[in-house]
Amino acid sequence: DDKLLSEPLSHPDFFNVKELFTLKDLFDARVHLGHKKGCRHRFMEPYIFGCRLDQDIIDLDQTMQHLQLALNFTAHVAYRKGIILFISRKRQFCHLVESTARECGEYAHTRYWQGGLLTNAHIQFGSGVRLPDLLIFLSSLNNVFQPHVAIRDAAKMNIPTVGVVDTNCNPCLISYPIPGNDDSPTAMELYCKLFRMTIIRAKDKRRQSEVFDELR
Amino acid sequence: LRLIYTTTAVQRKNVGASGPEKYTEAFIKKQIEEFNLGKRHLANMMGEDPETFTQEDIDRAIAYLFPSGLFDKQARPMMKHPTEIFPEQRKIQWGEDGRPFHFLFYTGKQSYYALMHETYEKLLNVQKYQDQLTAQDLPPQKEKRNLAGSRWLTKIELEEMLLEKLSDDDYSRFIQLLQKLMTLPCGDIEEEYIQKFSRVVPVQLQKVVIEPLKYDERGVAFSTGEGTRKTARATAVVYDNGTGKITVNGIDVLHYFPVLQDREQLLFPFQFLDRVGKHDMVCTVSGGGRSAQAGAIRLASAKALRSFVTEKEVEFMRQAGLLTVDPRVKERKKPGQEGARRKFTWKKR
Repeated sequence: DDKLLSEPLSHPDFFNVKELFTLKDLFDARVHLGHKKGCRHRFMEPYIFGCRLDQDIIDLDQTMQHLQLALNFTAHVAYRKGIILFISRKRQFCHLVESTARECGEYAHTRYWQGGLLTNAHIQFGSGVRLPDLLIFLSSLNNVFQPHVAIRDAAKMNIPTVGVVDTNCNPCLISYPIPGNDDSPTAMELYCKLFRMTIIRAKDKRRQSEVFDELR
Repeated sequence: LRLIYTTTAVQRKNVGASGPEKYTEAFIKKQIEEFNLGKRHLANMMGEDPETFTQEDIDRAIAYLFPSGLFDKQARPMMKHPTEIFPEQRKIQWGEDGRPFHFLFYTGKQSYYALMHETYEKLLNVQKYQDQLTAQDLPPQKEKRNLAGSRWLTKIELEEMLLEKLSDDDYSRFIQLLQKLMTLPCGDIEEEYIQKFSRVVPVQLQKVVIEPLKYDERGVAFSTGEGTRKTARATAVVYDNGTGKITVNGIDVLHYFPVLQDREQLLFPFQFLDRVGKHDMVCTVSGGGRSAQAGAIRLASAKALRSFVTEKEVEFMRQAGLLTVDPRVKERKKPGQEGARRKFTWKKR
């Protein structure tokens, strides 16, 4: 059992997430497009490649690295049977995110966030509830263009976060930020596809390893 | 080790603050077993067959064994199946490993948001179907659905269906989404889904049936009508081919109603229909006072005249107020006041 859990940690890319996407895929899905120069957040400047006609362009090489790290981390969490919660407050992609979560067998929250969901969980849900082990933000702002409350709450409750940060977002409290576009439908579909594939792969690998162990 | 001295008042837990009782599955099962055993005992006590002892028999037996004069039916002793007594509650939402069963568990209102998700999916399906039809250049089907006979679920019914508390905002959003789904041209595919959330409204309007004319031995057409006003009850029989003679309780109208105003009230229906000297009337009236009896006979004669007259004129009579029962009755006297409205004389000091 110990070997089952410690074996994936010895490889840098146990689940081979690098082959899931290429730079060209990211470019075709318009992940590099950011907001206008005026909306730029100060902490996003290291991730921005340049500015063309007042519109920020995100550096896709950095995005590739961050995306690999993030997908690797989600795969490890899913391998260890952790609870993953998808969060997005964009109304256009609410249905997409919920369907993705349902297909993976994980959880989603694309609605109004009640204040004490993570910090006051034992009273809101009942004692003995298990909190999520990873939060994935497919859009880290809420409907009033302010950072989502869940980022701060996850930091308070020691829950790691993965998040797609656009040029107007604050990447500070997110453990694995992914600089990229969160407004285009193509970009969101790409992210959903990638997360879905990693989670399903990780779960399948876990099941296979358990079967091999039992056979031995 | 530090001994903490506490009083009994502090040690006693505040039971009321724990919230509504949670009924576990084991508890409900035990209650059902006890209920079934009790049913058999009751049947034996009443001398009936335990196998064929229905709920109605149980109710009758309990009413016989524990007679109660309490006004509220729900306060009386009752013996019902536990599922009717203990309200349906949500069981524990997560499995042994801690993972919740529903994918929207962490939102808080899982059933409501799942419902919204499903409804939105149906909407997207309908839009896709519409696009397919336009791609194949087929016109969208337009079938007029009967909107008048049905109503949407009320908020309370929806709460019962979802086993969850809703806010008014949530409920109105859900209804708006359903209406949007219904108004789309190709909404027929999702007809079944929409019908789960609509209820049929029973038709309340009853068309008033106008009785046909009856003929007596002489061959003269007549019809009857009834009328009420305050405490007076009147029945009138209006005969055709008459001279305008009116008889009340066997007495001529001039002697029974000496006041002109009452006789004017009696004549009003005939004057309205321009049939003043054409009909005879025989009426019986009891109760009330002078004016009330006149009003009652007026209503009775108007109702009787409906059979002699076209539908348009009936509508005119209705609009004139000849066919409406006057709802005004004597208002009761209230305590602390001298009459229904008059208060006692107010003294400043």
